Amino acid sequence: MVPLSYYLVLSGILFACGVAGFLIKRNIITIFMSIELMLNGVNLSFVAFAAHWHSLAGQVFVFFVMVVAAAEAAVGLAIIIAVYRTRETLNVDQVNLLKL
Amino acid sequence: MLNIHLILFLAFGAVCVAGAVNLLAQTHPINSALSLIAVMAALAGEYLLLGAEFVAAVQVIVYAGAIMVLFVFVIMLLNAGVEDRTKGSHVAVLLGIPGVLLGSVLVGWVVLRHSGTEAVSAGALLGDPRTIGQLLFHEFLLPFEITSVLILIAIMGAVVLASKPPTSPAGKVD
Repeated sequence: MVPLSYYLVLSGILFACGVAGFLIKRNIITIFMSIELMLNGVNLSFVAFAAHWHSLAGQVFVFFVMVVAAAEAAVGLAIIIAVYRTRETLNVDQVNLLKL
Repeated sequence: MLNIHLILFLAFGAVCVAGAVNLLAQTHPINSALSLIAVMAALAGEYLLLGAEFVAAVQVIVYAGAIMVLFVFVIMLLNAGVEDRTKGSHVAVLLGIPGVLLGSVLVGWVVLRHSGTEAVSAGALLGDPRTIGQLLFHEFLLPFEITSVLILIAIMGAVVLASKPPTSPAGKVD
């Protein structure tokens, strides 16, 4: 028996690590991975609440989050490739112009 | 009394937090990607503890499998190296550290105050593929179909974005 609050604290820690990585990391791919970490933290709280309220809808929502994450990863990594092709850097500090 | 459910939760949770912190600590993107895979695998274990067996399988196959392979592929395609460090601003330090302390105190207070919340028992709710599928194709049919359109748009967007631009713009060719 694990209290629901333990799952929520773990989910919060993962989300906070994702936010911290998003803010302090300078590599655009690592920033993107931090977003995935945030989505995973949210998924854990969805599944924990589904078990708590005895409703499978929470687990179905996790699927939709995963689908959106997959679509986001495909488009985002394509954008990263396009950015690298024009600017030849992955450092976000050097990607500060909208148009070259 | 320490039961097996709590022990497993703490073990998987420790792997999760260690992987997340390692993602922040590493400077090379490939190391961050591998620690993120460890986080996702440990999260699949947490899902199993919560009885979400199908979600756990999909977590390993889609997240740790497909999405992270895409990440590792792009890291190697672009030959990403060790990231450069840039100096952070003083405002971030001045506001961030008190903010983190305040947030941790708030979360700790809430958890200690409401630590008597009902426990989630292992296997109280079983998310087997049959039940999930019935729910997905009856109650959530419209969102399911909309996500298929989203995936189609994402495929086309990825192909358009990642394809090489023409060397000369089309408007200038006579």
